[in-house]
Amino acid sequence: MKRLLHVLQLGETPADRIVPPSGYTARLTTFTAAAMAFLAVFALAMSLAAGRLADRWETALAQSATIRLAAPEDQLGAQTAAVLEVLRTTPGVTHSRVIPPEEQRALLEPWFGPDLPVETLPLPQLVEVVGDRYDPEGLRLRLAAEAPGAIFDDHTRWRRPLVSAAHRLRLLGATSILLIAGAVAAMITLAAGAALSANAQVIRVLRLVGARDAFIGQAFVRRFTLRALAGAAMGTAAGMLGIFILPAADEAGGFLTGLGFQGWHWLWPLLIPPLAAAVGFVATRAAAARALRELK
Amino acid sequence: MIDLQNVAYSYGGGELLSDISFKLAPGSFHFLTGPSGSGKTTFLKLCYAELLPTGGNIHIFDRDVRSLSRDDVATVRRRIGVVHQDCAFLDHLSLAENVALPLMVAGMDPHPDDLHDLLGWVGLRSHAGALPPQLSGGERQRAALARAVIMSPDVVLADEPTGNLDWEMSMRLLTLLIELNRMGKTVLIATHDLNLIRSAKAQVAARVLRIQNRRLQLAGADL
Repeated sequence: MKRLLHVLQLGETPADRIVPPSGYTARLTTFTAAAMAFLAVFALAMSLAAGRLADRWETALAQSATIRLAAPEDQLGAQTAAVLEVLRTTPGVTHSRVIPPEEQRALLEPWFGPDLPVETLPLPQLVEVVGDRYDPEGLRLRLAAEAPGAIFDDHTRWRRPLVSAAHRLRLLGATSILLIAGAVAAMITLAAGAALSANAQVIRVLRLVGARDAFIGQAFVRRFTLRALAGAAMGTAAGMLGIFILPAADEAGGFLTGLGFQGWHWLWPLLIPPLAAAVGFVATRAAAARALRELK
Repeated sequence: MIDLQNVAYSYGGGELLSDISFKLAPGSFHFLTGPSGSGKTTFLKLCYAELLPTGGNIHIFDRDVRSLSRDDVATVRRRIGVVHQDCAFLDHLSLAENVALPLMVAGMDPHPDDLHDLLGWVGLRSHAGALPPQLSGGERQRAALARAVIMSPDVVLADEPTGNLDWEMSMRLLTLLIELNRMGKTVLIATHDLNLIRSAKAQVAARVLRIQNRRLQLAGADL
């Protein structure tokens, strides 16, 4: 870390002068760092959005459950009352209600259209259960005893895959960031290696006059680290601007409109430029050490 | 200062130098001569640890060259000024910056007056801001000499320093090397120019070594 900060010191150092003015490799490093930082901002945004989505689904779905009551018509009223009584006396259940026919019609409308005569269909009576910290297994057993036609569905069956998908999406975002860092490291390694090879004559002269490898390496490391930092800063700024101008998330917003940073999460992308500089520093140091070892 | 004991150097399957023993004493002035391709440059490179011997031992400032790390080699080079025939420079730096390069890489700041005096000594004061490609062959050789001595090295090794120069410029450079020797520096010049050697012998107590048939000999009065 101390070495990295030393490399990033402001102003021109003696070692800076000895490396000839930048060639295309240095410009390529800036461009690559900028492009990768831009992508990293979006990967980070996706990762954070997926995390929020997973939390939201997990919380929202965990708090609600449904009871389907299928019973002969003459028993339906009694069993519905039994179900509501069981729910009323179940610790942790904060609210329960019978879903009226018009609401059931609305639920079915996307599949069957608006003119469906719901009352003619043998549909089960639905009861919504809201609450947390109740024991689903205990509730299930009580319902089986009090209302044999009731089936308790806490949404676990389809909640788990959704939450799991959101978690994987977050993991994919994090993996993307790691891959981007790897790509930056590879690119800077190649560029630094090419720059060192192109400057073999400079290195020969420097060695002739008593330059240590650390001095020679420092000149290249500093140049490429600063290029990576500058490029990443530009790419991050562009990426953050891109995220900023995305439509804001609202009630109707889906995943895409929720892609962005919220609150202090806007600070996360600011880590990208120093991280890119650190990646550039490590990559160039390794490339310089290898190249100087190989250059006779 | 530089001590070679039974040194051999082989390259590409053939032996270029064989059984060479030689001590470069402090304050001495030596010429190294021999036909082209005889191994003069290789001999000099062995003396400043650019090459390692394939046989025998070399001690530079009492240190075995084989035991030197890369940083040690850099430290040794700061005590040995080298003038090459091709005198490579950093073309993006000015002449003054190139001359001051050994100081810069050692983490020292060149004193402007000292640099000014040094450039005056080699007759290049007016070219301080010029870039190396703008200099003539003679100017480059003198600049290389200035760069070689700016760290006040103990030894100056020159490899065909007058190879591309006319006679007048060669004598000028030789005079500078003789002056250095009179200041107490040890000088070893590799050259195939016998006239240069004869001119120097009239001014300084120079010993002449010759590489012939892979071996080093002390040249006789035939020079």
